[in-house]
This record gives sequence, structure tokens and C-alpha cells, in this order.
Amino acid sequence: MNTKAKGREGGYNCVVCIKQVPDTKKVTGEAMKADGTINRAALPAIFNPEDRNALEAALRVKEMYGGTVTAIAMGLPAACAILREALMCGADKAYLVTDRKAAGSDTLATSYILSCAVRKFNPDLVFCGRQAIDGDTAQTGPQIAEKLDFAAITYLEDIEMDGDFAIATRDIGTGVEKDRVKLPALFTVTEKFGELRPYEVRRVMKYKKAKAPVENGGVALEGDFAIGQLSCDDIGAEADRCGFAGSPTNVNKIVSVVLAGGDYKEVAATDEGVKALVDELVADHTIG
Amino acid sequence: MAIDRTKGEVWVFAEQEEGKLSDVPRELLGKGRELADRLGVRLGAVLIGGEGVAGSLAAQLFEAGADVLHVIEDARLEVFRGKAYRHAFVELIKECSPQIVIFGATHMGRDLAPAVASALKCGLTADCTDLQIGDYTDKKCTCEDGSAKVVKDVLLQIRPAFGGNIIATIVNPYNWPQMATVREGVMKPLDPQPGRTGEVVRHESHLDGVEIPVEVLEIVRRHSSINLKGARIIVAGGAGVGSKENFKLLHDLADALGGAVGGSRAAVDLGYCEHERQIGQTGVTVRPALFISCGISGAVQHLAGMQDSAKIIAINTDKDAPIFKVAHYGIVGDLNVVIPKMIKAIKQKG
Repeated sequence: MNTKAKGREGGYNCVVCIKQVPDTKKVTGEAMKADGTINRAALPAIFNPEDRNALEAALRVKEMYGGTVTAIAMGLPAACAILREALMCGADKAYLVTDRKAAGSDTLATSYILSCAVRKFNPDLVFCGRQAIDGDTAQTGPQIAEKLDFAAITYLEDIEMDGDFAIATRDIGTGVEKDRVKLPALFTVTEKFGELRPYEVRRVMKYKKAKAPVENGGVALEGDFAIGQLSCDDIGAEADRCGFAGSPTNVNKIVSVVLAGGDYKEVAATDEGVKALVDELVADHTIG
Repeated sequence: MAIDRTKGEVWVFAEQEEGKLSDVPRELLGKGRELADRLGVRLGAVLIGGEGVAGSLAAQLFEAGADVLHVIEDARLEVFRGKAYRHAFVELIKECSPQIVIFGATHMGRDLAPAVASALKCGLTADCTDLQIGDYTDKKCTCEDGSAKVVKDVLLQIRPAFGGNIIATIVNPYNWPQMATVREGVMKPLDPQPGRTGEVVRHESHLDGVEIPVEVLEIVRRHSSINLKGARIIVAGGAGVGSKENFKLLHDLADALGGAVGGSRAAVDLGYCEHERQIGQTGVTVRPALFISCGISGAVQHLAGMQDSAKIIAINTDKDAPIFKVAHYGIVGDLNVVIPKMIKAIKQKG
């Protein structure tokens, strides 16, 4: 298969933005702080599902056309766990963007900070998961692209390269569209792209000890074991556009959900019970 | 002179494809009408497309509640391309200063709205389940007498958050316009008012000299046979169904009732049913005459998409499942046992 001919000399410099998210299937009211933000420490943390698909997209481009894959995660030091996973799956480099100034960022501030980090790597292709399961907003990817003035392709299902262009297949809700996209470009990737490949055994051995300075008493490890660490200053992010200061949205009110009780009838799981229920629904013209 | 932002219009993005409106703009105009009336301002619909797109759609949008139609027609806007639409929309907002802009949380809306918000550095709340007007007390900002600052008549953007155990009200008090997306089916359209008309205002696309880095090569439309919103009866399954094979039982029950089959997010994630069947905050919102819930525990994000159904029957082995709290009839039992009994009882009636 001579696919390289359709790529280009030197391959493509790919950046993948990944996020560690609370496993929202396990959220309880106790995991919320008084200001309405989430207490992530109280929840199991996982590699956001569609960010895994985004990493797979980048690895596939590298595999077919050559180049490099850099994974970036913004978050607390604990997010290094998913950067190690990314390295074990095949990413060449991993960077943690972590800074107190980033705390409380909404999607606008988050996309600003990530756009500053991404710009540092001067990528040809940027991949993000379509959305993260903690917010489900799907906003960060398109907003990073806007800030970088990159082409943005959402709901990516497949990609091929053609020189300085990508041929992207995307879901448009009412169908499927094929686009020719000039690089540099950002893509938000859905689960339809395909699952993230498993870890490579030799990479597991190598990268399980990878650490960012913040996990290692402030000291950067040497060579392959190093996860890079970037602060807002390192990426040139202005403080008033980060964190709470850079977030136009505020959480005004949080209420725990109280499920509405109304008329409720328990029906026995027997032939008679079910038949009586069906009879009642026929009688009031709900069915029939 | 500073513009009085409280006089700004309420806008709805009137998404169209191939010159056709989907249901979403009409639904959003229903809610937009309520917000605009509450604020005492005009309700605008924003229509972007190729030459002549406003022709047949203007009347529909006025009949659905719009007072004014803002139109941008340009051959370069014939097919949706994020950057071109974003650029035109951002210029339009700068020109007219609406105070609220609402988008459908469709694929197009979720592509366009974040980019517009990013360019304007304003907030955007995704997948709102309700929108209201109210006052916001900013505790971080105090007036000279020491009391907290109150911002009048802001858009309260209400959405379930963090797994759905919480309903959050989000506000964007300062960086206007206030922007939100709303899922299909969440808001109710007004009854069309035939003959109702309004003002058409045409605007420039401002695309000259703007490089658009995307060329659309091909579009293959999918004509889905799944129509949950239009179904009178819905049988929906969750993780408790246990397997894709067991889901066939739900289809059998739906067939017996002449209904449609839906699923919770868990069922979709587990591959038991197609994505198009997902009911809930991030799927479709439905209000059928009868909703039969099978093996769905009832995460609030799911309940947000079905709790307004006229009658709800819940079948679940867990007697403490939250779904029973919104159900009218509860059957604590194994759906693999209960559904066949139900099908049998229905067929006996027929």
C-alpha cells in the first residue's frame, strides 16, 4: 500500500488535546463544591472517551503518513495518568498544562489556554475529542480552532491526507459530508472514528515511569521519561483570560434534582397485573 | 455613544439545509417569543444561506413567531462551512448587538455557536433544558454601599450538569450577547399564525477577502426512518436490557403497539441501539402519549428527555431505581418476563 505518496515529505505534526474527566456515571451531589464547581478529587478519573478516539486519529495519521504525535492535557497533576496512557499507546511526547491561574476556567478560558499551548507546537493537524463527558458541551475544540484561525472540522469519522490538505469525512447529523481541508486544521473526533489501539507492551515498560516535574518534587526527568510541564506563563497565556477571570459564564445556582412524584401505581409483574394495566390503557385510549 | 444593551433583540439562528428549515428554529422561536415579550424587545430570526434562501422561508419564520428576519445571502454560504458562517454571523452581531442569541444544539449549531462565542469572547451554555429571564446577584462585585451588585434581566441558562444529579443555572452577566444552545424537541413551537408577517432586513456577508479553508466535496444525506419525536408511543430500553439481542423484545412490543423504539445513553454506549434512538439531554427530547421504560435506571439526563410524557410505565428489577419516581405505573420485575406478558395482553385485546 503506497499511501505515503498521498502524504508529504516529513509527514505531519499532530497535536492531540486530551482531558482527564470524572467518571460522570459515578457523580453524586457530595462531589460538588459550594461554588457549583466539581470536586474532581471525589470521583474516579478517566481518559475522556472521545479523546481516546482523537488520539487514535492522530496515531493513524502518523502510522500512514509519518510525522509526530504530541499529547497535551490541561488539568491537575493527576492528569499525567492519561498522558502516560497516551505515551504507552504511541504518542511521541506528552505535556501537562497546569497552573493555579487556570482553575475555574469555562470553555472560553479553557480553549484560550489550550490554543496558547497548541500554538507552541506549530502543528499541521490538531485532534480533540468531540466532547468531554463531564460537560458534554462540544465547545472547546471549535473554540481552539477559532482562536488559532485554523480550519475546524467537527464530528470527524475518517481522515486521509493529500499533501497540504486533509480529506475529512464528517457526520453532519442529517448525513455524511466529505471535505477537502487546507492545513493547518483542527478536527473534533467522535467514537465512530474507531477505538484507541491497545498499549504497546514495550512502551508500557518504558513509559510507566514517565513523570512531570510536578509529580517529581519539581525536578524534570531525563529523556523518554519526561512529561513536559507548561504553566500559563510558559505558553504566553494572559492571566486575565485564564481561569475565573477569563470566564464570562458563572454558575448562578445549583439545585439537587428532586424527582417529581405524581400519581403512581405499582403493577404486579404477573399475567393478571400486566393484563389489568393494558386494559386500563385501552380504556383511556392511550393504546388501542 | 454606548448602545443600551437592554434594548437588543432576542435572536434565534434559523438553521436551514438545502433551503429547508428543520423543526428546531420553530421550537426556538417559541421560547424566543416568550423571552422577547418578557424583555419588551423584538424577536429576530437569523437566516444564512445562498442566493434566494429567504424567499420561501421568510413567511414560515414570521408565522412561527419572528418579528424581524435578518438575512445574509451569498453564494459562498450556500453550504454550511464553519468559518464562512462564523465570519458572517460575528459581523452581524457586531452590527446589531442582540442581547440573546439561541442556536439549536444540532451538528451545525454545535459547530457554529462555539466559534461565534469564541470570536466575540462571550459565554455559551450548551444543551439548555430551559431558558428564563431573571436577576443575577454578583456576590464578587459590591456596590458603594457594600451590597452585592444586581444585574437585572439576564438570561438564566438552565441545564443538568455533572451526570445529571444537579441542575445548574448558568449566567453570562457582562460579556453579551448571552448565548445558548438547545437540543431538538426541548422547546415547544407556537401554533403557526398564518398571515403573520414582519420586517426583512438584508445584511452583507463581509466575506470578501476572507479565506475559507474548506471545500465541501460531497454530501450524502441519510434519510432516517427513526422518528422518535413524532411517535405517540415509545418503548425505550437501557443498560438493564442486557444485550442487543434482548433489545429485539422492545421492538416486538413497539410493533404490537404501533410505537417507536428509543434508548438511554447507556444503551447507545453499549451498542444495544443506534445513536439516533438516544433519548435524553444529549439525545432527543420526547413527549409521547405513552412511554414504556425498560431496564432504564433513570439518570436525570435521561429523565430530562422523557419526563413530560403523558403516561410513563417503568419496568425495572431495582425497586429503588429513580425511574419509578417519574413513572405513573411501576412494574418491579424482569423485562424479559414482563414484556412478553404485555405483548400477549395487547394481542388478546386486538
